[in-house]
Amino acid sequence: MNEHVRQQVLMLWLASPGLDGRVLGWSFFDGTNGDGPQPDADPPYPSGTAALVAGWRLLQMSQLVPPTPGHERETSFLKHEFVFERLVALEDPTRRGRQESPPAFPNA
Amino acid sequence: MHSVPLLTTDQMASFVARGFLRFEAAVPADINAQAMDELPLLFRAWLDEFRGASRPSAGGDDDEVPLPRSGTALDDAYPPDSALGRMVRVPVIAGAIASLVGPDPVVDHHFVHLKMAGDLNAQGLHCDAIIDDGVAFDIQLFWFPHDVAPREGGTRYVPGSHLRRVNMDDVARYQHLAGEQYHSGPAGTVVIFHHGLWHAGAPNHGERHRVLGKLRLNPTVPQVRLWDTSDVDHRNRADDHIWAKTDPAMVASELRRSEDWFEPSAHRLETVQRAQLWRYLTGDPSFDVDWYLTRTERRAALAAVATTR
Repeated sequence: MNEHVRQQVLMLWLASPGLDGRVLGWSFFDGTNGDGPQPDADPPYPSGTAALVAGWRLLQMSQLVPPTPGHERETSFLKHEFVFERLVALEDPTRRGRQESPPAFPNA
Repeated sequence: MHSVPLLTTDQMASFVARGFLRFEAAVPADINAQAMDELPLLFRAWLDEFRGASRPSAGGDDDEVPLPRSGTALDDAYPPDSALGRMVRVPVIAGAIASLVGPDPVVDHHFVHLKMAGDLNAQGLHCDAIIDDGVAFDIQLFWFPHDVAPREGGTRYVPGSHLRRVNMDDVARYQHLAGEQYHSGPAGTVVIFHHGLWHAGAPNHGERHRVLGKLRLNPTVPQVRLWDTSDVDHRNRADDHIWAKTDPAMVASELRRSEDWFEPSAHRLETVQRAQLWRYLTGDPSFDVDWYLTRTERRAALAAVATTR
């Protein structure tokens, strides 16, 4: 892997278990530390499919898990979670997006 | 006869559906000004951090305000002439407290939250305490004693999140949810949360520190029909959903409200949670919204009869 490439992660929570569901919530975790392209809308895409069209790669989707017996009517976390990534090449790896290697333990 | 204005049925239904009630500019200016002096003194350990947010105290250790222990009756917890003591006695606030947690609540804890000017850290979304199960609930008063403009660190909160079973910071993953709110408003605004409502400290892009007094109260009586219930009986029908038409005058019309971040399937389950909470609040075990509880309970009763023959 190119040492100047960083990962950006986009999480979408959709209204239904398919990628074509409407976006209800989103989060963005940025391995470029701000040097890569940033989301420019809230939400950045109207659906999971739209994220694919924009070039995001699906990493994971939530499984369909049967309700816990005795708790069938309870609600908790959002159910339909989709995790995407894209890899971004830093134009100037010396800028702040470049992740410095952690210092060695002084007593190591 | 109550001496304070109790909540209406519509307000109670909104609290059950959305998990909060907002009282804009409810606290008079002189009490807010007093709070800007006294809130720091409630937590001496935080005072050094606080001195930049309010006027420094004039004296020494004598200024320290004794803190009420958890379980102290609200009436005894704060001197009536103190800022917090005066705030909880403002009629509209006292009426809301009495309507939600009864006439003799006790203090769970309080805290003063500061969001310093220029602090752009976004706290992770969370609910307080742990998974507090059951239908009985605490309330948390969020008192903003000064004006809070948009983006000036007003608390982020998620309407309708209060009945979801989650534990503390386990929802911190959600950075943006459709329909979430960031508080802004005039001085003296109090927002009362159900204890389960998801919330977080928000970045303060402004040039003034944001001060927030938070007070959690526990009920000591069943929270049954504590508000102005003069109209509730004829608005409490469980059978108003007929041929996909509903009666907007019924309480159920508010309890079936959806939020922008709800999955459609979760919305129905939320409706059931709210119906169960409304049963507790009204003491009416037959209440329902859209027949979800009724049809399953009736079938379960039939099955129980069959299996005992």
